Amino acid sequence: MTESLAAHKGARVVEVRLRVGALASVVVDSLEFCWGIATEGTALEGARLVVKTLPVVMHCTACGRDVELEGVQSFRCPNCGEPCSDLLQGRELEIDSIEIDDGQEAG
Amino acid sequence: MTTRIVELRRGILKKNDELAAGLRANYAAAGVLVLNLVSSPGTGKTAFLERTLRELRARGARAAALVGDLETDNDARRLAASGAPVRQINTHGICHLDAEMITKHLDGWELGELDYLFIENVGNLVCPSSYDLGEKIRVVLLSVTEGEDKPLKYPTMFNSADAAVVTKMDIAEPCGFDRELALRNINEIRPGIRIFETSAKTGSGMEAWLGYLEKARAK
Repeated sequence: MTESLAAHKGARVVEVRLRVGALASVVVDSLEFCWGIATEGTALEGARLVVKTLPVVMHCTACGRDVELEGVQSFRCPNCGEPCSDLLQGRELEIDSIEIDDGQEAG
Repeated sequence: MTTRIVELRRGILKKNDELAAGLRANYAAAGVLVLNLVSSPGTGKTAFLERTLRELRARGARAAALVGDLETDNDARRLAASGAPVRQINTHGICHLDAEMITKHLDGWELGELDYLFIENVGNLVCPSSYDLGEKIRVVLLSVTEGEDKPLKYPTMFNSADAAVVTKMDIAEPCGFDRELALRNINEIRPGIRIFETSAKTGSGMEAWLGYLEKARAK
């Protein structure tokens, strides 16, 4: 993030948007708690943190569809009940985008 | 105030993932099968690995191990008794191994002279699941003294594993281990995964495990 910021001189990060999969082992509450402390005194100080959580999506070979799981306690297709092992989404831990303020007045 | 959105779409563990991809390419080029062993503390990773190293060496295979712990080189000394080359990685408080630690500790080892490299991760069922070490096979271990519902409690780890090993089968009965339930729970989180029921003490189940390793290496 600081790298991207360097490309925009005088800019300030207003918001950081993350994408976190249900299987990323990230506790959103803890992340939010640490955010303020971790960013204090850095270029990201004062920036809002917005976390988008992504459910697990599997490909069900039995019914040929991509299906969203309700939780992470059973990896079975919610439509046909067959076990699924093709994970399409759920392990993400990424910075989606950042919103920056260029420091220039609107005009 | 004018603001704008800068799309990054950048993985937070990108640096680790890139290093792991480099390691994976090196392992493949050297023809060494690399396995990452993960479990809770006390499951018996070291005892299982001691027996695996000893039996592989008895079969003429060249096997080595990297072993991660917060402190001490006790496990490296235990594993080295098998005669295999072993290196200890002390993480000094970090609860998992990452690709950079592996890269650093492989320095000076000729991977082409190995058939198998085992990486014994720090005992922890959470963080190691997020760090790719470039391994071909991630092995999750579960002992009969732990709850049969461990796969349900740590779904990320069990779901990301390629093989599962149940350890300490020799004491399954006195522990009241519900085998059917444990196997069902593993399968619920990782359908179709290969499961080995073993005892490092008696050697039961080791034959199937070694056969699996040999087959995986030949692939």
